Amino acid sequence: MRVLAAMSGGVDSAVAAARAVEAGHDVTGVHLALSKNPQTYRTGARGCCTIEDSRDARRAADVIGIPFYVWDMAERFHEDVVEDFYSEYAAGRTPNPCLRCNEKIKFAAVLDRAMALGFDAVATGHYARKGEDGLLRRAVDPGKDQSYVLAVLTPAQLAHSMFPLGDTPKDQVRAEAEARGLAVARKPDSHDICFIADGDTAGFLKNRLGSATGDIIDQATGEVLGSHDGAHQFTVGQRHGLGLKRPAADGRPRYVLSITPVDNRVEVGPREALRVDRIRTGRPVWLAAERTGSFEAEIQLRAHGEVYPATVTVEDGGLSARLHKPAFGVAAGQALVVYDTDADGDAVLASGTIDTALRATEGTAESLEAAGV
Amino acid sequence: MAYLDHAATTPMLPQALDAYVRTARSLGNASSLHGSGRTARRTVEEARERIAEALAAKPGEVIFTGSGTEADNLAVKGIHWARRADGRNRVVTTAIEHHAVADAVAWLGDHEKADVTELPVDEVGRVDTAVLAELLDERAAELTVITCMWANNEVGTLQPIAEIAALAAAHGVPVHTDAIQAVGHVPVDFAASGAAALTLSGHKLGGPTGTGALLLRRDVTAVPLLHGGGQEREIRSGTLDVPGIAALAEAVVHAVATQRTEAQRLARLRDDLVARIRRAVPDAVYNGDPEHRLPGNAHLSFPGCEGDALLMLLDAAGVECATGSACSAGIAQPSHVLLAMGADPDDARSSLRFTLGWPTTEADVDALVAALPEAVRRAKTAGLS
Repeated sequence: MRVLAAMSGGVDSAVAAARAVEAGHDVTGVHLALSKNPQTYRTGARGCCTIEDSRDARRAADVIGIPFYVWDMAERFHEDVVEDFYSEYAAGRTPNPCLRCNEKIKFAAVLDRAMALGFDAVATGHYARKGEDGLLRRAVDPGKDQSYVLAVLTPAQLAHSMFPLGDTPKDQVRAEAEARGLAVARKPDSHDICFIADGDTAGFLKNRLGSATGDIIDQATGEVLGSHDGAHQFTVGQRHGLGLKRPAADGRPRYVLSITPVDNRVEVGPREALRVDRIRTGRPVWLAAERTGSFEAEIQLRAHGEVYPATVTVEDGGLSARLHKPAFGVAAGQALVVYDTDADGDAVLASGTIDTALRATEGTAESLEAAGV
Repeated sequence: MAYLDHAATTPMLPQALDAYVRTARSLGNASSLHGSGRTARRTVEEARERIAEALAAKPGEVIFTGSGTEADNLAVKGIHWARRADGRNRVVTTAIEHHAVADAVAWLGDHEKADVTELPVDEVGRVDTAVLAELLDERAAELTVITCMWANNEVGTLQPIAEIAALAAAHGVPVHTDAIQAVGHVPVDFAASGAAALTLSGHKLGGPTGTGALLLRRDVTAVPLLHGGGQEREIRSGTLDVPGIAALAEAVVHAVATQRTEAQRLARLRDDLVARIRRAVPDAVYNGDPEHRLPGNAHLSFPGCEGDALLMLLDAAGVECATGSACSAGIAQPSHVLLAMGADPDDARSSLRFTLGWPTTEADVDALVAALPEAVRRAKTAGLS
C-alpha cells in the first residue's frame, strides 16, 4: 500500500512510520503545519506544531529513509479546530481540540487529500488498535490508549487509517525508537493543547473572548462568593483557580457546577452536586454496526478518564446513557464514547458530543450507594 | 531522475570542481605576507581579474562574499547607509525581488525608518519604468539606492536594467541589480549596464555554494556589514575563501564563454518542454514574458491544482522541480511575484517552475512530459485545500 505517515515530530509518529515501512508499505512522511506563524505555537519538545517539531519530523524521516514534505493545514486547522475551541468555550462547553483535529484535519482534510493524491491509507502514532474486523479498539497500553480521541472516525475513515503502535506499550516504543537511531526517542510526550503557546488556556480564551466581571455564586444558597473575569474561562468540575476568599461552611472544597455565558454566571457547590447519572449526546457517530433501542455497554466521558458501565439508549437522534455508578464533573462538549467489550478487547461502538448531564435522582440513590459511592 | 530545478542550484562544472580541489590542497591565507600567503593572494587576484574580464568590470570592482544573499544585503543596506542624509532616506525596489533583496529593504524600512517605494510590474512580470521615471522627476533627491533584479528567479522575466540605470544616472542615483539568475545565462556587461552594483552567486552558474560577489563601482561607497580584517576594500572583512574564489572564477569564465551557445540549446529545450506540456495539459498557463526571459526557465500554472501536490507527485515519479521560492518552515505561501503580476492567490499557488541547466538533456524533458499528466489529474482531484 502507499501510506502517508503523519509525522508530528514526536517519538510515536516516527516509530509508527518506521513500522509502516517495515510492514512493506511505500511510505511518505508528511508534517502538518498547523500555524501560519509557527513561533506562536509551543516551542521545544512539548508541542506538535513548531519549527523544532517540523525539523524533528524531517530528521526522523531521513533516518527511516522516506520522502518527507510539509503540508500547510494552517487555515483549515484554524477554522475547524481553533475557532471551534473558542466558540465552544463561549457557549459554556468544554471542547476536546485533539478529537476535533482528528475528526476534521488528520482523518478528513489530510486523508481526503492523501487519497486523491494516490495514497491508500494514513498512518499515525495514535495508541489504538484496528481489529481484523475493522473495529477501533483500545490500545494494549491502558495508560496510553487514545481510542477515545479517535472515536469520531466513521467506518470509511477507519478503513483508510493505520495505527501501528496499538499493540505496544509506550516504553517499548521509546526503546524501539532508540534502537532505530531516532533522535526523538527521549523527547517528552506532549500533553497540552498545541496551539496555546504558554499552556495558559484561560489567558488564551480571555485574549479572544475578552473579559467581563461576573459573580461566582453558591448554587444552593444563591450567595455571591466571589467574582471572575469571564465565565468562558471555566469548565464544569473545575476546582482550582476559583479565587474564592472564604471557605465553604462545611470546610470542603467547591467545584464549578454550571456556566451560563449569557449572563456571565458561574455557579459552584460541593462535589456531591457534580454527581450525574444520566447523560445525553447529540447525533452519534457509529464506528461499528449501528444499534437501536437499549443495550448495556461501557462509556468513557473524558480522554484517559474513568469507564462507567451504563445502559445506552438510542433516542431522539442522540444517545442517552444511564450510568450504573455516578460520574462527577461531566462537561458538555466532551465526547461520550461507547465501548463494547468482547473476547478481543474493547471496541468503540459509537460516540457523541455531550449535550446535557443530569443530576443523580432520588430513585437511583440506592444503586449509587450500592456501587460504593 | 530528472532534475529540473537548476535555478535553485546547479551542479558544479567539472573545471570548477577541479579548480576547487586543486586550490584546497594548498596552504595559505591570502592576507599573509609570506610566500604561502602570496601564492594564495595570487590565486585570488587572478580570479578577480578573470571575473572582471568576463563581466566587463574592473578587477577593483569585484568584492568577494560568502553568498549571493550577502552581496545583496551589502549592496542594499551598505549603499543606503552610505548615502543616507537629511532628506534622503528612500529605497526604491520592485514588487518581484528575491527575498535576499526584498527582506533587506523591508528591514531597512522596519528597523532603520527608511522610506520604501516598490515599483509595480506588468502581467508578464516586467518592471514599469514609467513609474520610476515619474518618481525620479519628483523626488530623486530623496533616493539613496534603486535596486532591481536583472532577471526574475521565479518567472524568468528579464528586466530593463540599462533603461533603469540610464534614468537613475540622469539624477545621480546609484542602481543595484541582483543578477544572480542572469550571470552566465544571458549576456551581462557591467560597464554597459550602467549599474553601480551587481550581485552574482557561484552555485547558480556551476560554481560552489557559499561563494558570491558584488561588483561595486569604485565611485560608490557601501558601509560594510562585516567588520574585521579589512579585506576586500575594507567593505567585506573575513579571510578569503581561496578555493571557493578560484572555483567561482572558473565557473564564471566558462559560463560566460559558452553563454551564447548554451542559451540557444536551453531555449530550444525549454520551448519544446513548454509546447509538449501544453499539448499534454491543454489548460496549463505559461507565465512570464514569452520572449524576454531566461533561456532555461519555464514557469506554468495548472488551474485547479496545488503546486505543492504536483511537486510531491512529480518527485515520487522522479522529476524534481520547484513551486516558487522555498520557505524556512516549508509552509507554502502564494508567490509574491505572481501576486504582483496580478494573479489571484489560488492561481499563484497552482504553479510550478521548471529550470534547465548545463546538464539538462531531452531525456529530462521526456521524463517530465511522461509524468506530468497523471500528476495533474491526481492533483486536480485533490483540489485546492
